[in-house]
Amino acid sequence: MGRLQRFGLIGAPSAQLVAQRAARLQRHSGLALAVFLPLHFWLLAQSLKGSGALDYALAWTRPAPVRLAEVVLVSALAFHVAGGIRLMLIEFFACHEFQKNLFVISCGFATAAGLLFALNDF
Amino acid sequence: MTHPSRETWLWLIHRGSAVAMLPFVAGHLILMMLTVRSGLSAADILGRTQGSVSLVAYYGFFVLFVSVHAALGLRTELAEKLGWRGNRLDLAAATMGLLLLATGGRAVWAVYSVSA
Amino acid sequence: MLDVAVWRGTTEGSFEHFDVPRSDSQTVLDVVTYIQRHLDTTLAYRFSCRVGVCGSCAMKVNGVARWTCRTHVSSVAGDGHLEIAPLDHLPRLRDLVCDMTPFFEKWTRAGGAFVPFEPPETTVKRGFAAIDPLSQKRLEAEAGIECIGCGVCYSECDTVGRLPEYLGPAALNRAWTLTNDERDGRGASRLRAVAGDAGCHSCHTQMSCSERCPKRLTPAASIAGLKRASALAALRGKL
Repeated sequence: MGRLQRFGLIGAPSAQLVAQRAARLQRHSGLALAVFLPLHFWLLAQSLKGSGALDYALAWTRPAPVRLAEVVLVSALAFHVAGGIRLMLIEFFACHEFQKNLFVISCGFATAAGLLFALNDF
Repeated sequence: MTHPSRETWLWLIHRGSAVAMLPFVAGHLILMMLTVRSGLSAADILGRTQGSVSLVAYYGFFVLFVSVHAALGLRTELAEKLGWRGNRLDLAAATMGLLLLATGGRAVWAVYSVSA
Repeated sequence: MLDVAVWRGTTEGSFEHFDVPRSDSQTVLDVVTYIQRHLDTTLAYRFSCRVGVCGSCAMKVNGVARWTCRTHVSSVAGDGHLEIAPLDHLPRLRDLVCDMTPFFEKWTRAGGAFVPFEPPETTVKRGFAAIDPLSQKRLEAEAGIECIGCGVCYSECDTVGRLPEYLGPAALNRAWTLTNDERDGRGASRLRAVAGDAGCHSCHTQMSCSERCPKRLTPAASIAGLKRASALAALRGKL
């Protein structure tokens, strides 16, 4: 099996590979969101010190690398939601046969959300 | 192997909070696409949220669900990655959930109460 | 000639290389047997039936758990290299033999034993239980009943790797078939046995078990069934 094939980049990846990728992405996107949330909350709470303080904090989110991180987080959120729906369809409605298709839809949704956010932001 | 009832309930609550959050996340995704367009400013954000009971309710419930969901997700992660078990694990998860709830609640209160 | 790397030792150990002649319709088990009979008689490995019935010859072949008796060399060693190791997630006793005790202990813990609903005397008096072969429960049991306990799914399961106490796909699949057995009387107590902190809810649905099962069973679907059944029992206050 070639390297590209093993990573699922060409050919039809095995159900096992897809499901492993899905579980890993679900975990990592969830972790990223959980780490990001306190920052998100802290930033909004700056307004308690006045709207000037919030504007000052918001200025920190404007450099390109931070915006890029935001795009990644939006994708992570979209993936986590779509991947979560996929997982619950499997767990509650036994959709094991469609899990590969559902994974592709999750990835598509995450990419679309990230792109849409980037287009609006930049 | 312990606590079948607790583990099953926590699993149900984890999945249940996920389902409960679906409309909130959908709304959040749409809202952020729209608001980020005009660039983010305190006047924009606070002008929208200040004094709005429906928005404070929306974000309030969102924060509640996400705190529960994230705490349970992190609980699984701590058990598998660090091998934590028993009271230590549950205490850690509860602490993280309460921290998220407190910081999130504070943020919601902030954008509700402060005028632009 | 095949270049075969075989695990020697216990947890500590290393791969030893052997040259084994190719032959027609050669299986990986044939290769291991050739090494043991002709090259190094101290090699320890386990097999019995050689035809995919007993489930004792499972090993890791080129990184993937398989029945060696039903794996043709031609299908896994296109480049002439084979790497043979004992199954993962089990104590290694010697060379290719691992200790299956933890694996079967988990079957016991998951309530893998059949407990008749009625005392045997009643059954004798009333004759055979009549089970509709097309009933939902019978079909669910049917889907998982052919497991022979080879340990391939257990070795391939990522969750067993991350959470060593996790009951694993085979034990949970067994519990699911009994949950659907109308003659079985353990009911909610079996759900209690599988729903603890290293039970069915720990499964991350990575589906290696269903993908790798040589019998083409779907333990992942059985585990999802247990998740639903125990959640339903919890909601009804019966767990």
